[in-house]
Amino acid sequence: MRRGSVLLSLALAAAALAGCRQDMHDQPRYEPLAASAFFRDGRSARPPIDDTVARGRLDEDAEFHAGKTAAGKPLEVFPIAVTAERIRRGRERYDIFCAPCHDHTGSGRGMVVRRGFKQPPSFHIDRLRQAAPGYFFDVMTNGFGAMPDYRTQIDAADRWAIVAYLRALQRSQQATLADVPPDEAAKLQAGG
Amino acid sequence: MAQVFHRSTNSIARVSIFGAVFIVVGLGWLLDTISRSSYVTQARNARVQPVAFSHKHHVGGAGFDCRYCHTSVEESAFAGIPSTKICMNCHSQIWADSPMLAPVRESLKTGRSIEWTRVHDLPGFVYFDHSIHVAKGVGCSTCHGRVDQMPLTWQENSLQMDWCVNCHGNPAPFVRPRQEVFNMAWRPPPDQLEQGARLVTEYKILPPSVLTSCSTCHR
Repeated sequence: MRRGSVLLSLALAAAALAGCRQDMHDQPRYEPLAASAFFRDGRSARPPIDDTVARGRLDEDAEFHAGKTAAGKPLEVFPIAVTAERIRRGRERYDIFCAPCHDHTGSGRGMVVRRGFKQPPSFHIDRLRQAAPGYFFDVMTNGFGAMPDYRTQIDAADRWAIVAYLRALQRSQQATLADVPPDEAAKLQAGG
Repeated sequence: MAQVFHRSTNSIARVSIFGAVFIVVGLGWLLDTISRSSYVTQARNARVQPVAFSHKHHVGGAGFDCRYCHTSVEESAFAGIPSTKICMNCHSQIWADSPMLAPVRESLKTGRSIEWTRVHDLPGFVYFDHSIHVAKGVGCSTCHGRVDQMPLTWQENSLQMDWCVNCHGNPAPFVRPRQEVFNMAWRPPPDQLEQGARLVTEYKILPPSVLTSCSTCHR
């Protein structure tokens, strides 16, 4: 009798434990990028069919999205208003995406280059100081030489912001004392 | 009729009632400890991955910003796992023949995804969005720890509800200036409580009554 009740309660406990399931925890939906047994390539995140246009992303403004004029020449003027806010945004994006190779100063001696990647030219050579804004935009969009394209990592507005910051960066490396506000200039001259 | 129970039974009864309380409390404590242990939460347990990717090398060493690879962390719920193409931005030239990176090259060649092991797995009944946390001054390292010092990636915290509520109930000790969100080395300044309280107001972080309401996370 006693043994029977012990066995019975053990059986009940086992049944109760077997009832512990994770159905609420692991619900029948996909987490982002989760594997799928349904699709042959094993992906639940479906790659869009070629030439799919996302809503609101027709990108029909060729100057803004390609950085080129109708004749295919690099755009000489910014298709966006260059504001201090935009340049700050450009600096932030530059430091994330460009500085690994181009270095925070634009010298082309970033960490990845020091680890063996082909060294890009400095942004402060004459050719690049004279290059049109659309040229930099095109290089970021389509890549150039060893540099891969960044169109999936940086959206078009941010690519333009980076170009705006590049201009400021180039200017900063060519600055003279005349560019410094008078009170700061006095400090510089005093302190050396 | 003789006594059914011997006199000693009185003592045994008292001791067993007393003991039962201890056993019940002890069992409760044991279950609670087990459920919070890293054996259950998998916290600080580095996961094995198809490629031995080191954040320590990429972030701590090479100085990459989190957002170079986790590109959607500012705009979407999911921070984003980099595509094979992003790996290849550098590894087309650096360590291009390394056997360690064979699965990456294979993925690029065949177009098949690299099957990483998920490190942070929230229960399906929890709503979580990276972008709002980043926008309100919750730094990466506040939840993820010093990822820049992790050779293989692990989950730093339990991800259990009391851990979430710890901050949702009182964000001031944790919130940092927005420009420091991606700074792995940020430490709370000595006046963090005042600064945090100021930022909570400035960033319009909702009051605990809203942040700890059930439907904020269980929606």
